[in-house]
Amino acid sequence: MSALLDVQHLTVTFDAARGTRVVDEVSFTIAAGETLGLVGESGSGKSVTAFSILRLLQPPGRIMGGRIMFEGRDLLTLSERDMRGVRGAGISLIFQEPMTALNPVMRVGDQIAEALTAHDMASRSEARNRAIELLDAVHITDPARRVGDYPHQLSGGMRQRVMIAIALACRPPLVIADEPTTALDVTIQAQMLELIRELQTEFDLALLLITHDFGVVAEMADRVAVMRAGRIVETGPVRHILRAPSHEYTRQLLAAVPGARATAPNRAR
Amino acid sequence: MPLLDVRGLTKHFARKHGFFRPSSIVKAVDDVSFSIEEGELFGLVGESGSGKSTTGRCVLRLIEPTAGEVYFRNENVLSFSKVRMRLARRDMQIVFQDPYSSLNPRMRVGSIVEEPLVIHSIGDRNERRRRVAELFDLVGLESEHVRRYPHEFSGGQRQRIGIARALALNPAFIIADEAVSALDVSIQAQIVALLLDLRTRLKLTFLFIAHDLRLVENICSRVAVMYLGRIVEMGETRALFTQPTHPYTRALLSAIPVLDPDAPRQRIALDPSSFKRDAPLQAVGDNHWAAV
Repeated sequence: MSALLDVQHLTVTFDAARGTRVVDEVSFTIAAGETLGLVGESGSGKSVTAFSILRLLQPPGRIMGGRIMFEGRDLLTLSERDMRGVRGAGISLIFQEPMTALNPVMRVGDQIAEALTAHDMASRSEARNRAIELLDAVHITDPARRVGDYPHQLSGGMRQRVMIAIALACRPPLVIADEPTTALDVTIQAQMLELIRELQTEFDLALLLITHDFGVVAEMADRVAVMRAGRIVETGPVRHILRAPSHEYTRQLLAAVPGARATAPNRAR
Repeated sequence: MPLLDVRGLTKHFARKHGFFRPSSIVKAVDDVSFSIEEGELFGLVGESGSGKSTTGRCVLRLIEPTAGEVYFRNENVLSFSKVRMRLARRDMQIVFQDPYSSLNPRMRVGSIVEEPLVIHSIGDRNERRRRVAELFDLVGLESEHVRRYPHEFSGGQRQRIGIARALALNPAFIIADEAVSALDVSIQAQIVALLLDLRTRLKLTFLFIAHDLRLVENICSRVAVMYLGRIVEMGETRALFTQPTHPYTRALLSAIPVLDPDAPRQRIALDPSSFKRDAPLQAVGDNHWAAV
């Protein structure tokens, strides 16, 4: 099976004069329907990698080299216009902070509809019905009423669900989730991970899951890539990495997870 | 005799709904009781809004509680006058979550650590300087860096500065309110190691407030679980984590991600009708209570 996303030797700098590499020759692939966990600590370059794939880097950030093949096209050579077609419809992004990612003065239904109409995927009247369907798909109760709510009327967990609904509106084959549960309580996190898993099957999604939490990776990912200082230091199937990490940094990261255990704890589960 | 004994601690906030509508009461902390032995590391866990931070603040009277008693070394600090309370705070300190917003960005870090000594008029200038250098050394910071500003330090180093400031007055008791939550795991591990080391060296007692159950399980000897302002379960860490009794504790523990992809996962959803909100704590085992 050829890869849905194939990133080769991606290199990014924020200081072109000195050439310091924030992302340094990063390569990985994601197959259709697959989940890749990209793990690393703050400053490791994992979010910059995500933003580079969508070409959303803000200057002075600049892609110095590499290839990003998605559905047979190199995203780095696309025109800005073609790239807009990829964002949302081909690859969409779920952010960490639902409060800042949603528009506070726009009804959530309109925000979902906007994603659809921007890609000419629905007329305005169809878009409203699609928005209700999507809110239902992310398990928001009473979607026909909630579609008219503003973000501040929703709880943190519900806002996160709305963001997921927006991300899925155009049925993209790949979703990048940048620390999607980091700001959430553990019970809400568990619900959200369950929802993402369910939607992955329903919408046949591939997922690039960016996180610093190996626990989340163990729950979600098929494969893992561990990033440190701009480089991928280790990559492999999740079972393999968690049971027999070969890179020293991966071992340190795993050891630093509080209460890290190789096996499930003996508790009422 | 416990070092800290909290009895029936209660904090209600009035919530105004507008001019013509009656205000309602939010029971942020509702009849909370627990005690901490000298040298103990006691964990207080719960999710956002459970009241765990408000509890910590009420213990130090950074927020005035509505009712209850807080005995520190057998004296009820809630009956203290302002002056007396200020003296008592030498012994009771707090380390906050956010190392970015809890340090004054315009003050040199040496002055930040020295400030408590100045406020309590301890020592002369030279003595205070020596003490600051000593504190920097104690928490693993370079004492040459006293003239730098907070922004020149990483998150982990800033948290060390916050700890040094909390230790300045030689307290016996420290509340760590999500003190490592904002840090990367490897830095978190270092700061936790520092706190554990300081506990032994300085014979400190800790109230460790956290939402990360994995962390609490790892370092605390006893744990209380808060939900909607009340302690719903309390006991020795091992007992509470292996035999959770309250429906909320069970739901909470079942939500923790496990590092094993093959571990059986059974999420336990919380059914609010499965327990009474105001049920009193009852013994369910040795040193183990639950509100069932």
